[in-house]
Amino acid sequence: MDRQIRRVGVALLVLICLLFLQLNYLQVVRADKLANDPGNARKATRDFNRDRGVIQTADGVVVAESVPTPDGKFKRLRRYPEPTLFAHVSGYFSFTFGTDGVENTYNDDLAGRSTAVKDVRDVLSDRVQTGNVTLTLTKGLQQVARDALGDRRGSVVALDPRNGAVLALWSFPSFDPNPLSAHDQRAVQASWKGLQADGSKPLLARSYRERYAPGSTFKVVTAAAALERAPELVGKAYPRLRELDLPRTDANLPNFGGSSCGGTLPDLLKVSCNTGFAQMGLDLGADRLAAEARDFGFAARPPIDLNAPAASQFPEASSFRRDEPGLAKSAIGQQDVAATPMEMALIAAGVANGGVIMKPHVMGEVRDSEGRVVRSGPSEPWQRAMSPANAASLRDMMVGVVNGGTATRAAVPGSQVAAKTGTAQTVGDNSHAWIVAFAPAEAPRVAVAVIVESQPGLGDTVTGGRVAAPIAQAVLAAALRSR
Amino acid sequence: MKQPRRNAELGLIILAVLLTGALYALVSLGRSASLPANIVPFLGVILALFGGAHIAIRFLAPDADGMLLPLAAVLNGIGYVFIARLDPDLAGLQAVWTGLGIGAFVGTLALLRRARDLERYRYTFAVLGVVLLLMPLLPVIGRNINGARLWVRVGTINFQPAELAKIALAVFFAAYLVEKRELLSEFRITQGRLPDLRIVGPLLLAWGASLVVMTAQRDLGSSLLFFAFFILMVWMATARGAYLSIGLGLFAMGAFFAYSTFEHVQSRIGVWVDPWSKASGQGFQVVQAAYAFGSGGFAGTGPGLGSPGSIPAAATDFIFAAVGEELGLLGTTAVVVAFVLMVGSGLRIALRADQPFEQLLAAGLTVIIGLQAFIIIGGVTRLVPLTGLTLPFMSYGGSSLLANYVLLAMLIRVSDDTARRARRQVG
Repeated sequence: MDRQIRRVGVALLVLICLLFLQLNYLQVVRADKLANDPGNARKATRDFNRDRGVIQTADGVVVAESVPTPDGKFKRLRRYPEPTLFAHVSGYFSFTFGTDGVENTYNDDLAGRSTAVKDVRDVLSDRVQTGNVTLTLTKGLQQVARDALGDRRGSVVALDPRNGAVLALWSFPSFDPNPLSAHDQRAVQASWKGLQADGSKPLLARSYRERYAPGSTFKVVTAAAALERAPELVGKAYPRLRELDLPRTDANLPNFGGSSCGGTLPDLLKVSCNTGFAQMGLDLGADRLAAEARDFGFAARPPIDLNAPAASQFPEASSFRRDEPGLAKSAIGQQDVAATPMEMALIAAGVANGGVIMKPHVMGEVRDSEGRVVRSGPSEPWQRAMSPANAASLRDMMVGVVNGGTATRAAVPGSQVAAKTGTAQTVGDNSHAWIVAFAPAEAPRVAVAVIVESQPGLGDTVTGGRVAAPIAQAVLAAALRSR
Repeated sequence: MKQPRRNAELGLIILAVLLTGALYALVSLGRSASLPANIVPFLGVILALFGGAHIAIRFLAPDADGMLLPLAAVLNGIGYVFIARLDPDLAGLQAVWTGLGIGAFVGTLALLRRARDLERYRYTFAVLGVVLLLMPLLPVIGRNINGARLWVRVGTINFQPAELAKIALAVFFAAYLVEKRELLSEFRITQGRLPDLRIVGPLLLAWGASLVVMTAQRDLGSSLLFFAFFILMVWMATARGAYLSIGLGLFAMGAFFAYSTFEHVQSRIGVWVDPWSKASGQGFQVVQAAYAFGSGGFAGTGPGLGSPGSIPAAATDFIFAAVGEELGLLGTTAVVVAFVLMVGSGLRIALRADQPFEQLLAAGLTVIIGLQAFIIIGGVTRLVPLTGLTLPFMSYGGSSLLANYVLLAMLIRVSDDTARRARRQVG
């Protein structure tokens, strides 16, 4: 019987070795994957049961806070006292759907994971030192942006060109993050489904995640390309034309409303002359125009501290080798050129800031629970798009657009505004109304981009100048007043 | 010889008590950043319990193996701390059951002065085993819990008689197989001569009983344990490999029959193959356990700092996953090693025993512990399909603790008998 008992012992040992291998597989090989699996609620459960820092505006209004819920499923509930106003900035804090916005990018600060361990009890306990995030945005300006846009789909972005601080970031429609951050996951699922099914896409942060054809606002980039890379074109007088005969095709490129225009660069910009800028694009060539677009940040995701910003698009230079009409259309912001409202605001800010685009950011500072500043928003250059001298020339031309061109409605009493309107034809006789602007022209403190989607009518004066310019005007005036 | 063994045992028990106390304190520090208020009485009580068991061994089985009790103490202690951390109400009950279990341990040692006395009552144990096994099927006292009918309710106490049945059946099989092993070995399949039906009859009966347990009580774990235990017992008694083949064949047939007939067997296999697609349904428990093991990683989250409460049945069948989360691979390895040592000690006792009945009894009881630990740990880690069983000495459960302490006492009794006889021969 001894032999059998020994063999049973060996057999049991083999089984236990298999157990040990399986344990190593679960706890070492696959450990990270299992620990971070979306279905593993441990991290979320922990976060939902403990305090979380406050998100507040620069003017001291609470955007998100953690309130104790003694009778709730979890010990804490995330509340957003300004439901829709800051939804695309704060994001949400959902047990089922994770986090978005500032809740996502500053999660470690808010949850208290980034602050240093101070004594041994911190290691042993669940007590957390949460960080509080103060935004660069103010409730005041955000409200002005919201009210000016009204219930038209679109977006308003305002930046401080000197340091990249985001002053307003509004898209309509917006959503309420409260139902997504609630305890009852059945209800959370239902509201999520409702938001997903909504054709107006309220969850979409149009301001930095949606791309539109920039239309004539892109002429700022084309003008910059001429100033930076082909000075000979700046003084060139372009002929007065009703429409431009595009090379290698029967199609012609007309001016809006069949008007005729021409002249040197400042004249072309003032009236947003399509034929002139299209010809200038052809004169510049694909390489120089594409390079300038890249210098303004096209093709790259802006380094903003919000998750998943969209990169704006300008086609590769090589794609125009057999498509000169495409190059002409791209020079006026049509065809495959696509930009986010954030990118257009960054272009305006770059011209305003002597050619240097600063890194955009919504975080002003993070303070720990004792009020000490843990980190503050960066004031760092992102792109150098133009020389200061050329930027100043372009600024003067944009002043002309406000003083006697398509953007007269953007003028703010007592302060010189520089701007460029745009209209991007969409379907039929509808077009997106655009404007980019900054003020005061001599020492800019605020740059804005506005888009109003799918407005009836065509032409810069009709849509960009009439629809978008007053919104920019309201935001610029409010921003200048508050400082 | 007797003093060093007992002194080593006492030393190991003190270590086990200190380990349990340290773990208990760490859980409290982890959860509330303060030492538990009752740490001193807690240490006193567990020291009294295991110290009492140790003193009983000194008087009742002074020559017995010194490893088993400390190993049981450390497993019971870790188990208790995790139950207390998961469910304080269960912890109070588990403390009472631990006391009763140690009482049963001492009682078994006191009543059972010689292991071979059991041999005489083989048929009594056979009847007892079958009755205990089938008791949950009785109308008034039988209870369905979580879809399995393996509980008996007497008054306010729920009891799982299968836990005790396995000991009764181990005694019966050991005695019966030792008596009949000559006859059972005498057959040649090649000559077409099978053993007498009167001899094979009880074996087929055991197979039938395990099928009944599986089908009527829907208790896959116990059924698998009984059958594997039974085949190994026959094989150890007869040394005939043919029984292993026949057993494997019967197992395959039974498994195929069960899989094609019973929905609950199909769902268990389905979950084993792919729990992820059923993560919010039938696979929930297994997936949650996998998350616990993964979140624990190598060193664990630390005692009291994980959330093993999200695993259903974390205090009973899935306690190993709770250990995996908070103590990590280090902790799970320690527990597995404790079982290896326990099985090793049991088999050593079996090998040293000089009476065939005692050998087979000790080997059988050890196989029960080893197999049961493997089946439930394997199920929780998805090495094998999950079948509900308690993890010996660690899981919450009165019947399980009681039965395992009785089992331990019997192993210790066999060990003491052997050593005492050996001493007498030498002296």
